[in-house]
Amino acid sequence: MTVTAPYRSALPAGRDGITRTLRAEWTKFRTVRGWMITTVAAALVTMLLGLLFAVGSRTSCSVGPVEVACPAVPLGPGGEAVQDRFFFANQTLTGDGSITARVTSMTGVITYPPPDHDKLVSGLVPWAKAGIMIKASAAPGSSYAAVTLTGRHGVRMQDDFTHDTAGRPGGVTAAAPRWLRLTRSGGTLTGYESPDGTRWTEIGTARPAALPATVRAGLFVTSPSDMTVKANTMGGSIVQARFTQASAVFDRVEVRGRASGAWRGDDVGDDGGKTDWERYHRPSGLLQAGGTLTVTGSGDIAPSRDGVRVESTLTGVVLGLILVIVVAVMFVTAEYRRGLIRTTLLAEPRRGRVLAAKAAVAGAVAFVTGLTAGAVAVPLSVAVLRAGGNHVLPVSPLTEVRVVAGVAALFAATAVLAVALGALYRRSVAAVTTGIVLLVVPYVIATASVLPDAASEWLTRLSPAAGFAILQSIPEYAHVTGHYTPSDGYYPLAPWAGMAVLCLYAALALGLAVTRLRRRDA
Amino acid sequence: MEAIIEVDGLRKRFGRTTALDGMTFTVTPGRVTGFVGPNGAGKSTTMRVILGLDMADEGTALVGGRPYASLRNPLGHVGALLDAAALQPSRKARDHLLWLAHSQGLTARRVDEVIELVGLRSVARRKAGGFSLGMRQRLGIAAALIGDPPILMLDEPSNGLDPEGIVWIRGLLRSLAAEGRAVLVSSHLMSELQDTAGHLVVVGRGRVVADTSVADLIETASGGRVTLRTTARPEAMTALARAGATVAATGSDTLTVSGLPAERVVTLLAEDAVPFSEVAAHRATLEEAYMDLTRDAVDFRAAGQEAAR
Repeated sequence: MTVTAPYRSALPAGRDGITRTLRAEWTKFRTVRGWMITTVAAALVTMLLGLLFAVGSRTSCSVGPVEVACPAVPLGPGGEAVQDRFFFANQTLTGDGSITARVTSMTGVITYPPPDHDKLVSGLVPWAKAGIMIKASAAPGSSYAAVTLTGRHGVRMQDDFTHDTAGRPGGVTAAAPRWLRLTRSGGTLTGYESPDGTRWTEIGTARPAALPATVRAGLFVTSPSDMTVKANTMGGSIVQARFTQASAVFDRVEVRGRASGAWRGDDVGDDGGKTDWERYHRPSGLLQAGGTLTVTGSGDIAPSRDGVRVESTLTGVVLGLILVIVVAVMFVTAEYRRGLIRTTLLAEPRRGRVLAAKAAVAGAVAFVTGLTAGAVAVPLSVAVLRAGGNHVLPVSPLTEVRVVAGVAALFAATAVLAVALGALYRRSVAAVTTGIVLLVVPYVIATASVLPDAASEWLTRLSPAAGFAILQSIPEYAHVTGHYTPSDGYYPLAPWAGMAVLCLYAALALGLAVTRLRRRDA
Repeated sequence: MEAIIEVDGLRKRFGRTTALDGMTFTVTPGRVTGFVGPNGAGKSTTMRVILGLDMADEGTALVGGRPYASLRNPLGHVGALLDAAALQPSRKARDHLLWLAHSQGLTARRVDEVIELVGLRSVARRKAGGFSLGMRQRLGIAAALIGDPPILMLDEPSNGLDPEGIVWIRGLLRSLAAEGRAVLVSSHLMSELQDTAGHLVVVGRGRVVADTSVADLIETASGGRVTLRTTARPEAMTALARAGATVAATGSDTLTVSGLPAERVVTLLAEDAVPFSEVAAHRATLEEAYMDLTRDAVDFRAAGQEAAR
């Protein structure tokens, strides 16, 4: 036997580290044209479906046969669309001061409620409001703070539409009146309540965004629609709303500070439309008899739910996600199908690292895809919608960024989940099917109003479809009556909490996949 | 790193089938070691265990003194070709090598070097899915060489190669070994290894049945037998048996003599004046030697298959 000197390679050794595994996986990904094309398609389908929806949507308003510009929707101080309709008996108040009033009665009427829808019923809806308010002006959407008695939620202090603080519960009777007080000191307003006008309890303070030196201080009453939800035999639910009105009797009203002294009535936010009830029975307004003021009103002071939501431009996301699932699954299963996984594991025997790199690459590609799709689809489609006369509920730039980033996060987390499923099943069809069943199917059935509301909510709380909450642009407000279900665009979990659920699934699946990859022969 | 593969006492079962049953051998640098045995003898499983792809129930397999899985620059230590069909069909040949290079922190320049080395330059930018088996083998060899490793393990590399390709790969393997690399080449056909391998590890039924040089193996298989052609068979048998040889009639005028060297046979026959037309020291072919060694394993398998039916 000849003895030869052992071989020494002249090739410089590459540096160890996860980056080279990542680079190798990225090289793998980009060199399969089908995967790149599908990835681009995922972005395109996401953009185009939203754009198609935007182009196809037109809203026009008319008075009789004449088309007119649609009335502007009032915006609150925070920029959100609001409903600001109530009757306001007020005086001007300059500088610091306070308003105090005793409420001795709060009554209301609900028109034609179930079961038979044939009667006018006296009663108050839960968020009917009667109380005192300091508001920048009588213009809808202007800044305010109020201390108010409600139909069923006791005394509350609210300001600038979105803020609500609970006071004491209970209603009002002549025998047990409720005293309310609101004081202004610079930019700070403090709300109090009392059972007797002597012992006062602070409810809270508010700093409304924009209060001028001279404000309106006074009494207000409003009453939102009565809403009932009934399960539809075809699945989902039917929401019905009907006109309601509230009246409250105030006395011992005292405005301190530099006030105008005389009461004036403002039908804030009145659009001229009147119901038969208001026309023939009882209009909104102020009745003054000595020191007793009776105020009647209808409407709501709350963030508006009516309009097109920013995320409705993202209907294509579901289709985009299906393509993301397909590509991310194939990224793994194609290697199993051809036995290429062995070559991969020869190049990097640390199996956890291999799968982590695959997940990272698929996730990063999906993130960029989603970010591009969202960053184009959302602003463009919203602009097209607005150009078509549609009322798109405005959101803050930060929320819009979150929605766009949400598309990216949704794509990325889904890709990671799909990589894990691919590694667990090692077969494309089973992995893609599972991915769709876990993510897309729960989303579709929860939002298509085929399930009872409670089931839809649990589905979007527990399944990976919870992640879609990241796209919700209009938050749910506990102090605003509404039908808050996934089919209306309201998810039970907060945006990032929902996203966290999806991420948890992805992390869990990836962990499981790593464990299995380590244990099994390749 | 030392260019050496040490396999010691590997055992592995797949369910009720024993795939490896105490597999033990060492592959040393500077020569091509043929790893030969019938299909199902455990060659591929052994290779996968050495490469950390499969886990053995017992025993150790080390490359350069370390388990493969602990290597931080694995393709710079060991190059392997297990399955030439393990390619993403829609990926170009060059890109297949490129991701492998990137996985080791190497650049595209090394990719072009190995493409040149295996003679795939003209098709490097074509999709691997369109490659013939022979081209895939070349691509697989290029992949094995990407890290310029001192150890090479090739599973059935001649499969699907045309005669020109076979000549090429033999030359390549010999030159790689001559550079001081340890080269382990498996095959189920001894003839493929006959001209290439300097050393043989013959396996059957999950264990080594012979670990020897090619020359020794033929020597053993030949067993010092002499073939004698004579018209006087009985006389020849008597004369040789008297001298202590074992004689067997293998034809109407041929005898096979064991236990005596050819010169002694000639002397004895001449002394007794027995006529003969030819005395030849029998030299077994490598194929015969291999068949001898592995007959048991093959028989066993056939019997097993029948029993299973």
